[in-house]
Amino acid sequence: MNDTSPLIDVRDLRVVFTGGKKPVEAVNGVDLTVARGESVALIGESGSGKSVTLRSLLRLHPERRTRISGGIRIAGHDVLALGSRPLADYRGKVASMIFQEPLLALDPVYTVGAQIVESIRRHEAVSREEARKRALELFERVRIPSPARRLDAYPHEMSGGMRQRAMIALALACRPQVLLADEPTTALDATVQIQILLLLRELQRELGLAILFVTHDMGAAVEVADRFAVMYGGRIVEEGPTREVIRNPRHPYTLALMQARADGAMTKGARLASIPGSPPDLANLPAGCAFAERCAYAREACLATRPEAVDLGTGHRARCLRTDATAHALQHTEAQPA
Amino acid sequence: MSIGMSVEHIGADIHGDRGGPAQPLLSVRGLVKHFDLKKGFLETLTGGGKVVRAVDGVDFEVLKGETLGVVGESGCGKSTTARLLMHLIDPSAGEIVFDGETVGSAALPLREYRRQVQMVFQDSYSSLNPRLTIQDSIAFGPQVHGVPRREAITRARDLLARVGLEPRRFAERWPHELSGGQRQRVNIARALASEPRLVILDEAVSALDKSVEAQVLNLLMDLKDEFGLTYLFISHDLHVVRYISDRVMVMYLGKVAETGPAEALFDDPLHPYTRALLSSMPSMDPDRRTEEAPLAGDPPNPIDPPPGCRFHTRCPFAEPVCAERVPALEERAGRQAACLIHEADAGHSRNPTAIYAA
Ligand SMILES: Nc1ncnc2c1ncn2[C@@H]1O[C@H](COP(=O)(O)OP(=O)(O)OP(=O)(O)O)[C@@H](O)[C@H]1O
Ligand SMILES: Nc1ncnc2c1ncn2[C@@H]1O[C@H](COP(=O)(O)OP(=O)(O)OP(=O)(O)O)[C@@H](O)[C@H]1O
Ligand code: SF4
Ligand code: SF4
Ligand SMILES: [Mg+2]
Ligand SMILES: [Mg+2]
Repeated sequence: MNDTSPLIDVRDLRVVFTGGKKPVEAVNGVDLTVARGESVALIGESGSGKSVTLRSLLRLHPERRTRISGGIRIAGHDVLALGSRPLADYRGKVASMIFQEPLLALDPVYTVGAQIVESIRRHEAVSREEARKRALELFERVRIPSPARRLDAYPHEMSGGMRQRAMIALALACRPQVLLADEPTTALDATVQIQILLLLRELQRELGLAILFVTHDMGAAVEVADRFAVMYGGRIVEEGPTREVIRNPRHPYTLALMQARADGAMTKGARLASIPGSPPDLANLPAGCAFAERCAYAREACLATRPEAVDLGTGHRARCLRTDATAHALQHTEAQPA
Repeated sequence: MSIGMSVEHIGADIHGDRGGPAQPLLSVRGLVKHFDLKKGFLETLTGGGKVVRAVDGVDFEVLKGETLGVVGESGCGKSTTARLLMHLIDPSAGEIVFDGETVGSAALPLREYRRQVQMVFQDSYSSLNPRLTIQDSIAFGPQVHGVPRREAITRARDLLARVGLEPRRFAERWPHELSGGQRQRVNIARALASEPRLVILDEAVSALDKSVEAQVLNLLMDLKDEFGLTYLFISHDLHVVRYISDRVMVMYLGKVAETGPAEALFDDPLHPYTRALLSSMPSMDPDRRTEEAPLAGDPPNPIDPPPGCRFHTRCPFAEPVCAERVPALEERAGRQAACLIHEADAGHSRNPTAIYAA
């Protein structure tokens, strides 16, 4: 692997859950790359497949009830082909994850310090003392108050935000090259959140960490991300440099999402704008564009084909048949779709 | 309780209003929760065990039909306060009065209180029973309180639809088959299913995208109007708190720093911590990223909180007096702040009384 090839390279990823009554197509055709030292924000509708995509990169889905296809190359590893031993080495050391729900990731019967020490010693031949010293440094970096004491705390003895920071420390413990972060700052107040976001930016610069992170907080995404990828119905419907996607969104879903939080959208007493209709049934996906049923720009043709990505220049792409119609739609808020 | 009041109760709907609109739905006085720390070897010898002062003397009221927003630094005691209000843990000291009655008294047994007060927990996964389908999870509470199963299921499916989870697709799924935001909405539906009077929402919309969040917030507002609900809304999302709250309470390290009407508090924060918090909000402008955290300094330690004002170690206006004197929560024109700048004759140079004297 040379230095210019992306650290995360996902091609046509498809994930189907087969455990329920009907198979659920949670991810259907995700292409995504993240370079060394780059950070990409994955945003999108609740239930659109963001966490499932992230978990696939660590192969965390139960194999018997999940069908995964496509290609996942991370730091040169063909993740879907890894045997169980190399997979265990890969997790945590090459790529690690900050989970959406800290209580799921942390073991309730061990102190958080013990879990970090354990994780370091599984991957590296260092003494217990050395590992504990590193754990303490990590706790300081993620700004946990009275860090030495907190190493000996059990997860239930921490507040939601401290658990989240403890998990960030755990994820960084083995100095991974790739960090997958699922809502890493939702449980944090604004003052701590900005500190963690600055820390992520620092790690990205200093260690060349590639970061793929899921968030619903546009402000947080703008602070850290070089690029945005927007998911809807199991696919990435738009991606591009942060500035482009924020200022000039071209997929109607992204547009609607941005409008839900435009200035003045949260006037007290007024009803909040939300996208009408409901997300597609992943057990019964439509033949055409998955957003068509709710799209203000939809035309007949949208019901027939799943739109391919349209190149809009400078790495900006959108899967929509009508990117011409959405150009500059945000600037002219009065303009109605034709 | 006066006898006159209890007589009124006899005719009253058991989960209806008791003391009239002017009586706060919830009054919290001197609430304290200290968690014991595991003792170290030395402490066992000396006998001195330390405690985490998670909630350290908190007073507030929640009025009938209002939404009280609660914000504050991570670890400042918001969830602990919520768990105390739910009687999931026992307070070390203090009193919680619900519509004029002490919770746990003969007039308001815990079981009755539990039906009237529901909570959406910060951790959406561990608060759902993994062995119940989500429809059964939502219908469980009402059934415990005597609602027939058929009716409880109908109510559950109706609520699922209202939080944007089509019952046909989702009702029979297991918790692990849902996304984070979908589980969070199940928890909201479950809290609302028992037709409570007070709902405590602890980071209840944090995992939702902005469009679904808008839908859920609209629903909360509608139900509030329909059923006269009262909300205690804990969140780190300051935009949402400002939008949904009538009043806001700001906490810092186990204490109340400031309370006041939402608009006034956001437009003109009195407490320096509130000011720091508001200025930490990300800008949404890719060309104006934050380069330095507005609030520096180490987050404080609830085991040995700083003396005097707890914020003095990080406060840009701290003066020597701040390390000595504990600010009181002073009321002025419907607003309260615990800061010596706003406390008469407290000896802080920015104090208006000091300025007049000069
Ligand atoms: N084990 C499973 N069986 C069936 N369906 C599943 C399973 N796990 C997830 N799903 C479904 O797959 C879809 C994608 O889920 P995912 O957790 O990736 O969503 P998400 O984009 O992370 O959403 P959120 O923002 O709400 O966390 C959801 O609609 C969810 O209901
Ligand atoms: N069971 C426990 N044992 C010991 N300490 C605890 C326990 N539960 C909470 N604490 C401590 O009490 C303090 C307050 O925690 P709490 O969960 O109330 O914070 P919070 O304001 O909800 O924070 P967040 O915004 O991060 O969720 C923290 O210092 C926490 O570590
Ligand atoms: S392809 Fe058609 S339906 Fe889909 S987003 Fe574009 S305009 Fe809307
Ligand atoms: S009392 Fe002093 S330290 Fe505390 S907030 Fe006011 S000025 Fe700052
Ligand atoms: Mg998720
Ligand atoms: Mg909490």
